[in-house]
Amino acid sequence: MKQELITCISCPIGCDVEFEVVAGEINNIEGNRCPKGKDYVITEYFNPTRILPTTVRVKRGVLPLVPVKTEEPIPKKLLEKAMKELAKVELEAPVKLGDVVIKNILDTDVNVVATRDLAKR
Amino acid sequence: MNKQSYDLVVIGGGPAGLAAAQEAYDQGVKDILIIERDFELGGILQQCIHNGFGLHHFGEELTGPEYAQRFMESVADRGIEIKLNTMVLEVTPEKMVYAINSTEGMLEIDAQAVILAMGCRERTREAIGIPGSRPAGVFSAGTAQRYINMEGYLPGKKAVIVGSGDIGLIMARRMHLEGASVEAVLEIMPFSGGLTRNIIQCLDDFDIPLRLSQTVTKIHGKERVEGVTVSKVDDNLRPIPGTEYFVECDTLLLSVGLIPENELSMEAGVELDSATGGPIVNEGRETSIEGIYACGNVLHVHDLVDYVTEESKLAGKTAAYFLQDKIDKRKERVEVIAGNDVSYVVPQQITDKVADRKRVDLYLRGRRPLENVRIIIKDGEQELFNKKERVIKPAEMITVPLSEKMIDDLNSEQIEIKIVKEGA
Repeated sequence: MKQELITCISCPIGCDVEFEVVAGEINNIEGNRCPKGKDYVITEYFNPTRILPTTVRVKRGVLPLVPVKTEEPIPKKLLEKAMKELAKVELEAPVKLGDVVIKNILDTDVNVVATRDLAKR
Repeated sequence: MNKQSYDLVVIGGGPAGLAAAQEAYDQGVKDILIIERDFELGGILQQCIHNGFGLHHFGEELTGPEYAQRFMESVADRGIEIKLNTMVLEVTPEKMVYAINSTEGMLEIDAQAVILAMGCRERTREAIGIPGSRPAGVFSAGTAQRYINMEGYLPGKKAVIVGSGDIGLIMARRMHLEGASVEAVLEIMPFSGGLTRNIIQCLDDFDIPLRLSQTVTKIHGKERVEGVTVSKVDDNLRPIPGTEYFVECDTLLLSVGLIPENELSMEAGVELDSATGGPIVNEGRETSIEGIYACGNVLHVHDLVDYVTEESKLAGKTAAYFLQDKIDKRKERVEVIAGNDVSYVVPQQITDKVADRKRVDLYLRGRRPLENVRIIIKDGEQELFNKKERVIKPAEMITVPLSEKMIDDLNSEQIEIKIVKEGA
């Protein structure tokens, strides 16, 4: 048995939710002021995911970079690996918002897309 | 001098200016000019590449550039005129706007109404008085953000960040993901000024330590930052002698607050509020000069761009109503006073009667983090509003609606809004 704590971020209150993990299952959830806290803790404990917003290089654009993001959250543990993949990319201006920069990054079934238009220099 | 005239001139093409122009247009004002000093519209949103914008306004989570682009497209769809790379030098009380750019030279623009939407700027090392040498490697967090996210430079490899507001937290994550090591985020207050979500997703996710009640008391290095001395502070935020320790780093990022950028407002003679750093406005965001409006971070620093949009649409609508002669003044103006544990309230005055208005929203900020409080509005001795709030944080703005009927029924010329501990 292990006592764990996760702060719920479903709303600005930020409840500190305590729970026990027994044989890979979450038990005795305490401290959440609403049911959202329970759902949040279960996802955050077993499979925490995050949207990754970053940039990639662009040739001949009005700026040397264009911002991008993963269209959906990807597993938290893949964030740094995804950064390394994105560092290899160099686009050519013009770029359109929504252009796919990397399809199915790291086999997550999630695309990385540009988040703005970037005109040619 | 190149002379021009417009019904409405909007100064600043960031989220505030764009929303204000769009709304004024939709209310029937077609002769609008937006003046922007950068080479493109969008303002600070263009460098805020992280997600978390738009949940209130669009009901979906967008990045800063995506949020900006929606408004840029809607302004373009309406054919609203825009001057980029143009710097406004002066606004007069008579609403003459003097501006300059490299294609048209000096411009004298006669405006019937002006919306101030210049945003804010960052406090600097000088503003918080950190002693020590003056080496390269000390940046405001927003400057570093622009370098990393738009210009393609990483400002350093080993950073210390002062200030745990949202910009500081977000820059900790950006520096880390771009390959720099972030040694610590220091916060002089005993609590973080940032959203809990950012503390978790920007610091905890990457094991970046947040050190509360600590600050930098000396910067070391001659050509380049070589490290900083960090001290713990007491309850009065004064460094405690003997608690100093050294942290090696080549970069110091400062995220120590934002200041509404009101040089133009002051020169125009607009009265400012020392609590917000922005103009004193009425409920339609009109300043002390009739026909000059203010919205967004030039008025008060907002935590969410969604609220900037809301406020700027209001300013745009009021400007349109003013131009169309649709506003009546109340007989008595009502002063809105920030009382106990309220650091400020916007608007500071209620002065207008507007036919189709249903309510007036008061935006306020708590002075300190509190739990189980009541927000109370008093009209003289009479209680106008009383609502329980479970948690109040200075970082999160509170909105209190006043119905038109409540305003009509006011007895005094002053209402006070305060935050009181439950049971007190």
